Amino acid sequence: MSRPSNFPPPFNAADFVSPPTDPEDERIEVGVLVVGAGPAGLACAIRLGQLIESDPETAERMGEVPVALIEKGKQAGSHLLSGAVVNPRSLRRLFGEGFRMQDIPNYGEVHGEAVYVLTKRNALRIPPPPPMKNHGNWILSLSQLGRYLAEKAEEGGAMILPETAAQKLLVDHGRVVGVRTGDKGRGREGQELGNFEPGADLVAKVTVLAEGTQGHLSGVAIDRFGLRGNEPQVWELGVKEVWKVAKPLENIVHTMGWPLRTAAKYREFGGSFIYPMGDDMVCIGLVVGLDYRDSELSVHDLLQELKTHPKIRKILEGGERVEWGAKTIPSGGFHSLPSKLHAPGLLLCGDGAGMVNIPRLKGVHYAIESGRLAAESAFRALQRGETPATSLSSYDDAIRDSFIWKDLNEVRDMRQVFQRGFFMGGAFASAMTVSKGRLSAGKKKAEPDADAPLLTTNRSASYPAPDGKLTFDKLSSVFASGNKTRDDQPNHIRIERKVPADVARMWAAMCPAHVYEVGAEGDDGTVTLEIAPSNCVQCGAITAKGGRLTPPEGGSGPEYTTT
Amino acid sequence: MSTLVFLESHGGELQKGSLGVLSKAASLGDVDAVIVGEGAKSLASQAGRYGAKKVWACEDAEVAQPLPQPRVDVLAQVVSDGGYDTVLFANSVVAADVAAGLAARLDAGLNWDLADIELNGADLVGKRPSLQDTVYADVGWTSTPRLALFRAGSFDAKEASGGGEPEVVDVSPTYAAHSTSVKLVGQDAAESGGVNIEDADIIVAGGRGLGQAENFTLAEGLAKSLGGAVGATRAVVDAGWYPYSAQIGQTGKTVSPKLYVALGISGAIQHKVGMQSSGTIVAINKDANAPIFEFSDLGVVGDVHEIVPKLTELIRAKRG
Amino acid sequence: MKIAVCVKHVPEGTSRIDPGTKRLDRSGEGALNHFDANAVEEALRLKGDSDTEVVAVSLGPQKALDSLRKALAMGADRAVLVSDDAAVGSDLVATSKLLAAALAKEEPDLVLFGQQASDADGAVLWAAVAERLGRPVVSQAMELTVDAGSLHVKRQTEHGYDTLEAPLPAVVAVSDAINEPRYPSLKGIMGAKKKQQDVLSVADLGLDAGDVGEVGSRTTVLALGTPPARGDAKKIEDDGNAAQAIVDFLAEKRLI
Repeated sequence: MSRPSNFPPPFNAADFVSPPTDPEDERIEVGVLVVGAGPAGLACAIRLGQLIESDPETAERMGEVPVALIEKGKQAGSHLLSGAVVNPRSLRRLFGEGFRMQDIPNYGEVHGEAVYVLTKRNALRIPPPPPMKNHGNWILSLSQLGRYLAEKAEEGGAMILPETAAQKLLVDHGRVVGVRTGDKGRGREGQELGNFEPGADLVAKVTVLAEGTQGHLSGVAIDRFGLRGNEPQVWELGVKEVWKVAKPLENIVHTMGWPLRTAAKYREFGGSFIYPMGDDMVCIGLVVGLDYRDSELSVHDLLQELKTHPKIRKILEGGERVEWGAKTIPSGGFHSLPSKLHAPGLLLCGDGAGMVNIPRLKGVHYAIESGRLAAESAFRALQRGETPATSLSSYDDAIRDSFIWKDLNEVRDMRQVFQRGFFMGGAFASAMTVSKGRLSAGKKKAEPDADAPLLTTNRSASYPAPDGKLTFDKLSSVFASGNKTRDDQPNHIRIERKVPADVARMWAAMCPAHVYEVGAEGDDGTVTLEIAPSNCVQCGAITAKGGRLTPPEGGSGPEYTTT
Repeated sequence: MSTLVFLESHGGELQKGSLGVLSKAASLGDVDAVIVGEGAKSLASQAGRYGAKKVWACEDAEVAQPLPQPRVDVLAQVVSDGGYDTVLFANSVVAADVAAGLAARLDAGLNWDLADIELNGADLVGKRPSLQDTVYADVGWTSTPRLALFRAGSFDAKEASGGGEPEVVDVSPTYAAHSTSVKLVGQDAAESGGVNIEDADIIVAGGRGLGQAENFTLAEGLAKSLGGAVGATRAVVDAGWYPYSAQIGQTGKTVSPKLYVALGISGAIQHKVGMQSSGTIVAINKDANAPIFEFSDLGVVGDVHEIVPKLTELIRAKRG
Repeated sequence: MKIAVCVKHVPEGTSRIDPGTKRLDRSGEGALNHFDANAVEEALRLKGDSDTEVVAVSLGPQKALDSLRKALAMGADRAVLVSDDAAVGSDLVATSKLLAAALAKEEPDLVLFGQQASDADGAVLWAAVAERLGRPVVSQAMELTVDAGSLHVKRQTEHGYDTLEAPLPAVVAVSDAINEPRYPSLKGIMGAKKKQQDVLSVADLGLDAGDVGEVGSRTTVLALGTPPARGDAKKIEDDGNAAQAIVDFLAEKRLI
């Protein structure tokens, strides 16, 4: 029984921290630098725009480019994927009076919901457990929300720089002073191609990391500044498809049970969501905790299997898959939050800091709220003319006073009680919700996902053969993510290439984008792991499960539009 | 309908593609042709055999070089003198520019990249594959003259049954100043030897089913016997078996040769989008369920290592 | 010298055709047609350190400004977008009219195009525009030099390589083999937003709404269908004679 964590990747966080290296007059100076055009980063940029408008004097001090936001995807929204049934409260706070949810791209308010426990052939409808009630929430496409928020941020004066990867954290004399962006135009062996364009030092008075799940520099910063939480962060992997369908779906649907196995030893915790997107589209996704043990478990293929259930096949019948994507979700909750959300010159927001409420399946509104609060703390510091080095602690205070903290605290032990899972069994979860977290069933220390000892049980036997209509192979899925990453660029995935066969098999099965293949067997019983990095959709699962994702050349990866 | 076909000549020969279009036009009704350049008149009888009733020939000094713009002047004159309502072209570097220039000159509709054309009553309907050939659009014209540019290899050139000696009419237009200002100052025949995969008429491509890098010699041998180029899938380029410059697919080159031979290629969508508009696709793969068989004209379930050497020998023998 | 580069904003991601209008759905996100990046690169290469002005010109929805900004970020000096509801649905005849009118206003010495549009696979526009402008045209250029009022081009055709010369002003379509487009630098991207970007209407070009758009077009899409299946598709198992069967098949298709 191998543990993936026994084969750590060749990765040293310190390699991604350095002082600025460009000559001083060539550095690009901005006021506040936001990394990541997701809901957190864009909310931060939007709020900064509002604040700047109200205080031109401080704006002046922020320089020629008061707010810049860099995004590794082709554009804002390209790498955004979520359910998404969103609690509108943070958007209302961000945009203030006069804001209506109808103003943003949406698929309507949730009208009804159904929760099913599935077996291979049947579906038992159960009353939705309290944390899963979605009354008052709205169905959105996060990718579309990203594009909308980006427009608003630009209207507010933010400079958005897409296709730009944040490669290194710039730290000078113990203080974060910006990021270095990734090089472009390197060949497979790292050599400079004819159109090589080196990265640049982007220096800022305050740097806000809003990179989302498995944020590259968020991880580096947590290491560099000793910000680890009480418990290690853990993740779930979600794989999602968007379908054009023949007939509209009325309610939002969640399922638990099949095709996941219920026996505790497998640790297959998760469930599915099926949401209507207007009259002619639905999305369907499956989420599974990455502490699972089976070396052949593939969330991608389990989702294919799920679609063959009679109940679900009926929803998709006569339809056509139009998009596909995958993404991890931080699920450690309260106990896995960083010990502090700031460091000198630095703020951490949203999913990158683990602000997700797993029992409620919600994180977008925390991301938006944290981005807004980060903007306020940063701006206040700049307003007072303080060295942001010492004055950003107000952000931690603001988060502790916010509903983010309150919500996450209430469900802090839920995961430990039930081990972990996207969906909670009804009674316990309800009791805990009602008691606002005071009911605690004792706490067990969580272990990193990569520590889970592997099992091999012929798990893949039930995966359906792809038919190209209802069920698909991974490469077709990668195609449907819009990924057309340039192949001849350096490998961005750090991973041990000589490992026991079960570890290699686990990575190959786990990756929804067919990045890994089990290669030749060596004399010592290990195998060589083969990698096709350009398939990568940057879901982050590999980092949870014993490798390390770093950002590829800016503009690489999926090009999501409706996820 | 009165139809004119632009017949392109090169090295004293009418190009097969434009003769194919002529054959197609002859099957729809009476058709005339126009031949421009040195020796145009001497090619007229060949045009007649493929169905042209009348051949307009222009041998002016202005059209001695294979350049598009003076040909626009010639065609404008012929369309006007002959009263044609339909002008058809087979795609080539020169013909595309002639067709587009003529469209602007006459304010005439041009449908390009057509794979076929048919008569629907009196209406002419073009068939245009779009979005990597996943959609076929029926396209039409709202006025005359109607110009159509066909994909290379859309039609076979067939001699017409009633073909005879055509009437030959000299044409010599007035040339616009801008039409004659480009000069050809040098010409090199295509380099022999390694054929560029983007221009190759025949491509033999290898995938992971070849087993190992060394087995690409199978693909190379077969390509050589057919006079084609060698292509590769992303997987084998990733594995370092073959250079990136030979990669065909979504993130490599897009090709549309007349013949595509796929050796040990599974046919993932990323590969398919780079080669699916090939004329004829032959696939050899051990896996009977490989997706490549869904879009092959001839699929062979078998071992490339056994079949390819025999195939190469047979083709060598046949071609002498 | 002044170089105008014509660029197209093409839909990104999985393209689809709107069944209502039977036109390519352009409502989603778009990007600079990657073949046009070669034309922009070539213009910038010709410009070098000289005072040549490079103007990027496009025709399309307001969103096409994104693609023009990409050209500006690469180093173009100025952008012109022709955007007008009346121009929607223009075919070659109408598009070339619009573009030629916009270019006529600029009076560039050299107009550059990329080798094709990646969305509709069109590879004809330059010749129509050149005809309307009354200028010489060269397509498929794989090497381009300009000196003393004339240009020298090496280009590839089906038959080999041609070397051509033409006087300026002229129109050239470059092949994607001519260069490797540069990545815009961060400074370039940031600077792009401040460069001059003009949006012109059909009326600004002195054209009538009736000359352009669907009304001004001479072609139309009648219907959309699925491509014909490879009708004579055959699948055989190798019984030891597959090689001969392939040879027979190729001979029958006259491929050998």
